[in-house]
Amino acid sequence: MSVVIEQPRSPRSRKGANWEKYGWMYMRASGALLVILIFGHLFTNLFLGEGIKAIDFAFVGGKWSDPFWKVWDLAMLWLALIHGTNGMRTIVNDYASKEAVRKTLVWALWGICAVLVTLGTLVVFTFDPCPAGAAAELLPSFCPAS
Amino acid sequence: MATAVATKGTEFEQMGAVPTFQVTLFVRRFNPEDGQEARWEDFDVQVHGTDRVLDALHKIKWEMDGSLTFRRSCAHGVCGSDAMRINGRNRLACKTLIKDLDITQPIYVEPIKGLNVEKDLVVDMNPFYQAYRDINPFLIASDKPEKERLQSAEQHSKFEDTTKCILCAACTTSCPVFWTDGQYFGPAAIVNAHRFIFDSRDEGAELRIDILNDKEGVWRCRTTFNCTEACPRGIEVTKAIAEVKQAILRGKP
Repeated sequence: MSVVIEQPRSPRSRKGANWEKYGWMYMRASGALLVILIFGHLFTNLFLGEGIKAIDFAFVGGKWSDPFWKVWDLAMLWLALIHGTNGMRTIVNDYASKEAVRKTLVWALWGICAVLVTLGTLVVFTFDPCPAGAAAELLPSFCPAS
Repeated sequence: MATAVATKGTEFEQMGAVPTFQVTLFVRRFNPEDGQEARWEDFDVQVHGTDRVLDALHKIKWEMDGSLTFRRSCAHGVCGSDAMRINGRNRLACKTLIKDLDITQPIYVEPIKGLNVEKDLVVDMNPFYQAYRDINPFLIASDKPEKERLQSAEQHSKFEDTTKCILCAACTTSCPVFWTDGQYFGPAAIVNAHRFIFDSRDEGAELRIDILNDKEGVWRCRTTFNCTEACPRGIEVTKAIAEVKQAILRGKP
């Protein structure tokens, strides 16, 4: 009969989900998507039609009245901000040696990210180039009220 | 005419002689007992064209300053005990020919980074070995060891590259993540896990995959390729780490 030898070391135990793995996967997926989104954004804004001369308040207002560009810009906003914040987090993890400093910086990063994402999302969905009841002289020329 | 003959004569006499030249070595010295900070100390050494950095260190230790401390064992690039940082790059002192370095400049020799220096070029390797132990670097098989475990050439080729590791720590101590975070397993431990994960005779792949799917495991790797560049055995370290990442995503080798 063979002798059963116990493993000299029991494997490390881990609690909960491993966020590092999902973070790594997110960075790859969002990176690939962002290449398409950002270059598509630059191409339509700077190249198509009149090119860079076309960019003004009306151009942006016009783009954000189209649901396609709303989704496009929203995806770019979320993916890029989380991608960037996660990248900053890994750098903080690499270089902050004091645990308290590390925690503070990581919390600050996600706090800033949350504020920016919320504000950006709000603007994309509630943007109205011709708000009702605004003073006529403040409105752009293409608004029916001015 | 006469001079030409004379020159020819000396050339003839010196045929087969190895050219010698003088180099300056700046060696990083540290002695825990003298209470001083680590410092550079320079030595002018007469070396042969066939000499390696290790020979120059020997010359210093045997003829100039016996207190110089460094590790070496086989001196032929197999045992992996004399990894050091030579001119800012991790190499084995016994595999680095001095003539291949820029000998018009001083040669800087310092201990590998990221591990505590004990004296001069000797560092505490224990954290490095601990990471190696943690990945269970031995065959895990459930069948009885009664007969040969057969394997095809294709099965072997999957992990052949990572069997070449000599545990010199050149890769792990060239890794910027390891420099700042000593908890990281480091390339060498992942390379040795790779050696067993992709071995068809081994059954502990899931266990090792689980160990390396850790906060301080493979995901800390930033793909900077420092390890691949540092490896004196030419192991494609970064590629091996990427293969382990893929194995973790799949959940199996």
